Amino acid sequence: MRWVLVALMVAATVLADLLQSHEMKQAGEQSVTARGFARLLETIARRRLLILGIACNAVSFLSFMALVQTEPLSFAVPASSASFVLETALAKFVLHERLGPRRTAGALAVLAGVVLVGG
Amino acid sequence: MSNLPSRSGALLKTYVILAFFLALKALGNSAMAWGMKQVPERMSVNPALYLHAMLNPFVALGVAALAVSLLVRMALFSLADLSFVLPVTAIGYVFAVFLGKVFLHETVTEQRWLGTLLIFAGAVLVGSTSRDTTSPKESRQP
Repeated sequence: MRWVLVALMVAATVLADLLQSHEMKQAGEQSVTARGFARLLETIARRRLLILGIACNAVSFLSFMALVQTEPLSFAVPASSASFVLETALAKFVLHERLGPRRTAGALAVLAGVVLVGG
Repeated sequence: MSNLPSRSGALLKTYVILAFFLALKALGNSAMAWGMKQVPERMSVNPALYLHAMLNPFVALGVAALAVSLLVRMALFSLADLSFVLPVTAIGYVFAVFLGKVFLHETVTEQRWLGTLLIFAGAVLVGSTSRDTTSPKESRQP
């Protein structure tokens, strides 16, 4: 059961972030003032893929809640970092972001750190 | 050079929103973890169990803070690449270790300190790269 939850959580997280990153770049610069939040909610209501992204967040979140109830955090946190690797690769190949050596090295250091903290 | 002020303004805005996100996430996770430990039922596929868990005030506060943090993170996505946002938001793990050490008096092992140091160094490294490599106006800069 625990690997089913991990797989569900990772797949949902990856899809959520790809959809949200893609849609928000297209929607243009947002802010977090009261007016900014109103505009952000309006943007979400208009973009179906953004709503799908949020639904994926909900699936990922509920899987994580269920996972930490039965498994130790020291398993759940490093397991969830699998999405970090997948997302960074997909950011390059699907979203066409330019990673460069510095960003790649930094991302690898963060990944190693997350595994150490969780393990 | 004429667009330098607006670009550094956007960079400052990115870091302000990042700090706001990290604070909300820390609050949300702590409240959620505290509340969930008080909920007796084991979670399953039954959605009623999750709704019932949210009746716990700490779980409710956690859900509210995490929901707002989700919106704040979406605003962050409008300003920076996914491959930029992911590593810099990992600074949250560093906060969690310090909060655990200072407020909950948790023992932090050497392995955890090493992990924390790696996350911090990696996030600083990623933070020094151009935050947006896909928008047309940013891709013109070297």
